[in-house]
Amino acid sequence: MTKTSANPGLSQDCLDALRAQRFNFFSGVADSTLASLIELLSNDPLGYVPAAREDLAIGMASGAHLAGRRACVLMQNSGIGYCLNALTSLNMIYKIPLLLIVGYRGYEGKDAPEHWVMGKHCTALLEEIGVKTLVPEAADLPRAIEQAAGWMSGSQLPVAVFVRPGML
Amino acid sequence: MVLTTRQAIFAVARQLTNHERVVSTTGYICRDTHAAGDRPENFYMIGSMGIASSTAMGIALAQPGETVVVFDGDGAALMGLGALPAIASVAPENLIHVVFDNEAYASTGRQPTYSSSVDLAALAQAAGYRVVRKVDTEAALLSAWQEIRKQRGPVFLLVKCVPDEGAPMERVGLEPEAITARFMEAIHGTNERF
Repeated sequence: MTKTSANPGLSQDCLDALRAQRFNFFSGVADSTLASLIELLSNDPLGYVPAAREDLAIGMASGAHLAGRRACVLMQNSGIGYCLNALTSLNMIYKIPLLLIVGYRGYEGKDAPEHWVMGKHCTALLEEIGVKTLVPEAADLPRAIEQAAGWMSGSQLPVAVFVRPGML
Repeated sequence: MVLTTRQAIFAVARQLTNHERVVSTTGYICRDTHAAGDRPENFYMIGSMGIASSTAMGIALAQPGETVVVFDGDGAALMGLGALPAIASVAPENLIHVVFDNEAYASTGRQPTYSSSVDLAALAQAAGYRVVRKVDTEAALLSAWQEIRKQRGPVFLLVKCVPDEGAPMERVGLEPEAITARFMEAIHGTNERF
C-alpha cells in the first residue's frame, strides 16, 4: 500500500459491502481518508476510474448508471462544491442515483483551516438540496453502505456516506 | 460558405444510426439536437454544463460495444477541460467527442469564449485522443464523419462554426426523468432502476 491504512480489514469490509450491493462502477478524485479503499478498488476487477475534478466524476458515474451500472463516486468533502451544479441540475431532476463516499475533513472543526467551513456545513449542504447523508461510526460503515443503497433504490437519488479521517 | 452551429448539428444528426447514442450538452446545442430529430438514444443534458463528455465516457466504458457520441460546445468543453486527459488516457475506443465551436456562449447572448485564440483540437491532440479532426464546412464535416465512425477512438472532431441568427429552437419539452427512463430503455434494454 502506498499509504498506511489505519484499518485494512475495514476497507476490505467496505469493498465487500459495495460488492454485495452490486456496485460495479467507481470514479472519483483522490482523498487521503479514502486512500486505502481507492487502492483496493484499483487493484480489484471492479476497477476505479480517476477524474480530474469531482463534477467530472459525477458525470462519468451518471453515464455508467444510464448504461445499466450501479455507480459510486469517492471524493473528499472539499469537492462537494464542485458537484452542486451536477447534482442539482442532473442527478436530482433526472433521478440518477449515485453512492457518494465522502472523506469528512474538518469534522468537528479539528483539521487544517481550509477544511473548517466545509467541514462544518457539508452534510447540511447536501441535505438542503435533497441528498441524504449518513455519518456512521467506523464499525457501522459496511452497514451504512447497505442502508444507502436501500435509500437510493427507494428514492432514485444520490446518497452520501461520510468517512472520517483515520477510519480506513 | 459559412457553417452555422445548427446546420452542423443537423448535418451530423442526420447521419446517426439507431445504435449510436448521443449525449448533448446544455443550451442551444441541446435544443438543436432535439430539433434535428428526437430519438430515444439522445440524452438531452439540459443543465450540468461541462460534464457531458464525462457522462458520455461513463456510457462508453459501461457499453464498450456501442458508439457514444457527445455533442459538446466550446464553452462547455472549456468548462470541463479536465475531461480531455481522462478520456484520452482511459481511451474508450467507442467515444466520439464532437465540439461545435462557435467561439461564443451562444445560448446566453454570444459572449466570447477563449476558443477564438486557443485551438481546442490542439488541446485534444496534446491530451492524446487517438484521432483528432478539424473541419469548417458542411462538406468537410460529412466527409470527416464517414471516416471517423470507422476509426478506433477516442475521436475528437472540432467543428468550427458560427452562431445562428434569429430565434432559437424550442426547449426540449420532455421531463428530465422521462429522458432518463427512455434513454435507459433504448440503450440498456430495460429502464429497471437502481
